[in-house]
Amino acid sequence: MKEKVVEIISKYNGDRSRLMDILLDIHDWQGYVDDASVDVLASELGISAAEVNETISFYHFFSNKPRAKYNIYLNDSITACMRGRAQVEQAFENECGIKFGTVSADGVFGLYDTSCQGMNDQGPAAIINDLVFTNLTPYRVKALVDGMKEGKEIKDLVYEANGDGNNADPDMQVMVQNHIRKGGMLLDKNFEPYAVVNNMLKDKSPEDVIQIVQDSNLRGRGGAGFPTGLKWRFGRRVEGEHRVIICNADEGEPGTFKDRVMLTEFPELVFEGMAIAAYATGADIGLVYLRYEYRYMLDFLNRKLQEMRDANALGKDIGGIKDFNFDIRIQLGAGAYVCGEESALIESLEGKRGEPRDKPPFPVEKGYLDYPTIVNNVETLAATVKILQNGSEWFTSFGTKDSHGTKLLSVSGDCRFPGIYEVEWGTSIREVLQMCGAENVQAIQVGGPSGVLIGTRDIDHLNKTELMNWYKPSGMMTAEKFFDRKLSYSDLPTGGSMIIFNKDRNLLEEVVMNFMDFFIEESCGSCSTCRSLPQIMKEKLEKILSGAGVRQDIDDLLSWGKVIKVSRCGLGQTAANPILSSILNFRHLYEEHIQAMTDYDNTFDMEGLVKASCDFVGRKPVFHNS
Amino acid sequence: MNNTVKFKIDGNIVTAEKGQTIVEAAHAAGIYIPTLCNFKGVKPKGCCRMCSVKINSRYMTACTTPVSDGMEVENNIDELVDMRKSIIELMFVSGNHFCPSCEKSGNCELQALGYRYQMLVPRFPFSFPQKGIDASSPKIMKDQNRCIMCKRCMKTIKDENGKNYFAFKNRSNKVEVVLDAEMGKTMPDDLAKLAMENCPVGSIIYKEIGYNEPIGTRKYDKTPIGSEIEV
Repeated sequence: MKEKVVEIISKYNGDRSRLMDILLDIHDWQGYVDDASVDVLASELGISAAEVNETISFYHFFSNKPRAKYNIYLNDSITACMRGRAQVEQAFENECGIKFGTVSADGVFGLYDTSCQGMNDQGPAAIINDLVFTNLTPYRVKALVDGMKEGKEIKDLVYEANGDGNNADPDMQVMVQNHIRKGGMLLDKNFEPYAVVNNMLKDKSPEDVIQIVQDSNLRGRGGAGFPTGLKWRFGRRVEGEHRVIICNADEGEPGTFKDRVMLTEFPELVFEGMAIAAYATGADIGLVYLRYEYRYMLDFLNRKLQEMRDANALGKDIGGIKDFNFDIRIQLGAGAYVCGEESALIESLEGKRGEPRDKPPFPVEKGYLDYPTIVNNVETLAATVKILQNGSEWFTSFGTKDSHGTKLLSVSGDCRFPGIYEVEWGTSIREVLQMCGAENVQAIQVGGPSGVLIGTRDIDHLNKTELMNWYKPSGMMTAEKFFDRKLSYSDLPTGGSMIIFNKDRNLLEEVVMNFMDFFIEESCGSCSTCRSLPQIMKEKLEKILSGAGVRQDIDDLLSWGKVIKVSRCGLGQTAANPILSSILNFRHLYEEHIQAMTDYDNTFDMEGLVKASCDFVGRKPVFHNS
Repeated sequence: MNNTVKFKIDGNIVTAEKGQTIVEAAHAAGIYIPTLCNFKGVKPKGCCRMCSVKINSRYMTACTTPVSDGMEVENNIDELVDMRKSIIELMFVSGNHFCPSCEKSGNCELQALGYRYQMLVPRFPFSFPQKGIDASSPKIMKDQNRCIMCKRCMKTIKDENGKNYFAFKNRSNKVEVVLDAEMGKTMPDDLAKLAMENCPVGSIIYKEIGYNEPIGTRKYDKTPIGSEIEV
């Protein structure tokens, strides 16, 4: 046993920064990391056992207790809940005879909740022994569990044909569907892979490439919108023994799944974008951080990388350019939303818990192993290929004055055609709703839980300053209806997640509570604010929903929501957004629940508490007024 | 003289050395910025958020941000004072901090900050979480009820090979700072004492000696925290 662990460690040259891979291999071998293996890891890697456990205990898909023969991770994102997750959960519990969060005594079944796994357009979905099962129903659950009880192989329990496109590739073979509903410059199969790297780069200097990308005004598509050309320029300027290009494929924002589709159908574009970035910045190390939920793509993507090497688009003297050496390795994550934050992602790549770093220094100065590092989103990298191919002027002809090109939207929730829509920047929310066949719409969550919940209500009732603070840098939307707002960096920026809620949905009880649970679970726990406040605010919301709230409770939520803004990273700073944004846009829902005529907290239940304490010590309470 | 930097804190000009953090420069200049997780000599990691200041209307942690020429820092403004007070309150309600029975009372930085910021009843409800005490080491007790996850012990208490005695466990509000079980058993006496000393609260307690100093003569009993810095 010890030999096996030592063997795995030596496969990675005893490199502490490869701890993620080492732990993944140990999981593949025996399903969990036992204490004896932790001790071997500690002594071989020269760290304490507590430090090894620090990494293990951080990630959702790692465990230091035995897991089951069939490990069922059921997605609990909001759209799964809207598509019958409760019944599916109940069916799993009934059929397996255990509760979620436990492993059956015979070690056959393990049931676990898991955050959004990028299947919002085909949920509820589950990952069972690394294979994805979509569109679950209680009937399908019964068939699945019956098959498991017979001891069948998980791949023999698949109930739907392979999905479209590359989902049916021999190296993929999953029932996942792409659901590409509207194509554009990125979602266009009519292109020659690696043409830019192989034919065009040799006539351009790295400086030329950076200038073209800068002229295109391309901004990061992950959500933050930092100008890509500028990031590359900074990265090139910093001295370093190595420079690193990282593709952020840790698509964790609930409701977004566009990177899944890009990587399934257009991996060549993404990888070529990385090679272009490497040429421009002088990087020699390429890393793709792929979320664990997309592990089913790993063999396929590795094959694509090999094809790219064979085509001289990766490796040595790429595209016939002397000394242009660059290669790409794919690093799997292990289940942590916060790792989508670029510095947390880098910590994870170094084998540590995914805890965001303080900035400055930014990754372009000091990133992966302290080398200058450029982290770009999947979609951003793909766009750079099109920009190089067609020129920056062509690119800026799409979109609006301040937001150029197109944006991939992941649309899900209450609409007839959930899926991927590639739209030009400047498209209004109303147009998106018409495209996807959404009717009777109450609200739409733009940008995932960390974004905003917007509605049809007129916003004139809001205090203007409040509004400006909230939707900065927007400054021109006071009289408009929200649904006429346009997707753009100056009005409504987005990473692409759009979840639609119709008028039958209970926004506070279903949606906001689900999002708060998400933030509570996914906080790295480092900042005092983000560690504690989401739970406290959720409990306050529960109090309001129970009918015990007063006006002061709403005011408290608004002012407590400000405290969380001092958190280190984007996750922490936005962790109260579900509550803050629903108060701003749907305040009437809160007002309906509070006791309008009461202005003091009357929730102290003395009789109840006296009774509880009497019960505890075995006495009988006597109440004189009853 | 290009090794010095001039910047402003609340309008007062401060001269600092290049490479210094805002906290270092401010404290050297006699301006107090409250800190908890920050510890002299080790790399800062803005965990407690107490030292949050505003620069160009953005929140930055003063313990991690290096000074730069012409920087304008807002520190002692109403908004930040209340923010810091809320963070202290947050720490009090998130753990079980019962000062009267705590060995560290009077030497505790959290308690001292509570006094300095005139905390009365926290604005947040107490959660009274169920937390444990690890007394497996012959030298120290690690009381999770009092831990504020500042990481000072993680950063400063190491063996001769650089191995950490303390590490994080779990994530979210389940995060804990734990002592390595094996290393805890053989912890040298001086390190155990240092661990207790470096802990800003009473989460790490050296065994067998309750306290040497009576209440009333301890560090923060007579003068508030920060007064050693302020001019």
